[in-house]
Amino acid sequence: MNFWSFITQNRYEVASLTLEHLWIVGISTVLAVVVGIPLGVLITRKRSLHKPVIAIANIIQTIPSLALFGFLLPAPWIGERAERLAILALTLYALLPLIRNTYVGITSVDRAIVDAARGMGLTDWQLLYKVELPLAASVILAGIRVALVISIGLATIAAAIGAGGLGELIFRGLAMVNNSVILAGAIPAAVMALLADSLLGWLEKRFTPQRAA
Amino acid sequence: MTDATPVVEFSDVSYVLPDGRKILQDLSFEARRGEILILLGRSGSGKTTALKLINRLLELSSGELRVDGRSSKDWNVIELRRHIGYAIQEVGLFPHYTVARNIALVPSIQNWPKDKIDARVQELLRLVGLNSDISSRYPHQLSGGQRQRVGVARALAADPPILLMDEPFGALDPLTRADLQREFLSLQQQLGKTVLFVTHDLHEALRLGTRIALLEEGRLVSLTSADEFLTSPEPLVKKYVDAFGTTERQREKP
Ligand SMILES: Nc1ncnc2c1ncn2[C@@H]1O[C@H](COP(=O)(O)OP(=O)(O)OP(=O)(O)O)[C@@H](O)[C@H]1O
Ligand SMILES: [Mg+2]
Repeated sequence: MNFWSFITQNRYEVASLTLEHLWIVGISTVLAVVVGIPLGVLITRKRSLHKPVIAIANIIQTIPSLALFGFLLPAPWIGERAERLAILALTLYALLPLIRNTYVGITSVDRAIVDAARGMGLTDWQLLYKVELPLAASVILAGIRVALVISIGLATIAAAIGAGGLGELIFRGLAMVNNSVILAGAIPAAVMALLADSLLGWLEKRFTPQRAA
Repeated sequence: MTDATPVVEFSDVSYVLPDGRKILQDLSFEARRGEILILLGRSGSGKTTALKLINRLLELSSGELRVDGRSSKDWNVIELRRHIGYAIQEVGLFPHYTVARNIALVPSIQNWPKDKIDARVQELLRLVGLNSDISSRYPHQLSGGQRQRVGVARALAADPPILLMDEPFGALDPLTRADLQREFLSLQQQLGKTVLFVTHDLHEALRLGTRIALLEEGRLVSLTSADEFLTSPEPLVKKYVDAFGTTERQREKP
């Protein structure tokens, strides 16, 4: 059975696994954004937290994914469902690029612009949302882009703990020693990653501030 | 317009870096209501640092700095800064805002009504000699001199009684510069603001200054009226006057 006939015969399954995959990746990326951007901002304000926070995010990133799933298994509520586990693990992996890019984006805003803004009497909050975040937007988007592409790939491994998604086809294909089945999982995931990459790339470009001010 | 009331008052102010380097040492002087006080001095003498202590972009290490009679520490820092217009040396326009929004930022966070803001932006553009069709452009679409003028307009926007101007005309050609200096003087005479004006151009200092403070390596070397400056016996002042005098004579040679 070749790849195309497998896909067409199992289109409903492929589609639903794709949606499942998207859901896991989408939710975890949103969670990572919601946690990572404020953390990134926090460490620009409390510089002493910069090193420990980045170190922890770095360490998480180096834990092999299967091991991370294992570590999280005993967690209450989270450990009860494979899908929750997968979402939490992917969120943790996505944190580093988000925290780091938020920090870099904000701290690389031209000093003169920040001095001008503070000198005019903007509060810290106004400085953040009127000046720093808009000027850091393209760098933060680049972080989201990296996080998304990594998550789409990593989410295939979540199938190993029964979280579903396109990884299910890949693992099934491996067990059956059937390339078509493997490809039926791998190709949609790759396409998803490429689409996410170019969409975020386009956004990133749109939010790149004009220099020379 | 000038009276003797000190508006910005330095008393033995020092600014020391964490590594122990003394950037400003025992500065004592005041800017009086309605005057243009020039801070003159060579590159690295501490002029910008002195201005940043006034609006607390930097915190002084020792001594006391009073603004309108109140120690700057006792001011709410946001209130203090809104009380003081600041045109920074590097201009620092917001690249993601149009010229109009750059100028309007402080009025808009102070919730001025929109038509009042628009009128104010137009008024300020005229004041700094810019055409109003520039207002929808972004900073990267302006020349260096135009950007500087927008920076000055932005500092004036909310009509603060005190102005800190850090080489605001540095990037301008001599003709535009002379125009703006004239405009600035007449503006100053109408509005009676207290201005601390940084420059290292003696001609600008003499043209604009009510008084001139000369800084060297973080210390105040001389503080005189603009007229007295030319005849001061202080060696460093003489060096300054000579340096500029020489270039002047050289220029006049056929
Ligand atoms: N952030 C900083 N960290 C360390 N040293 C600094 C910093 N800012 C300024 N300095 C030093 O403080 C001294 C005074 O600098 P300042 O910017 O006040 O000079 P200035 O008189 O404004 O010079 P210029 O005419 O070139 O603008 C200089 O020796 C400078 O190197
Ligand atoms: Mg300076």
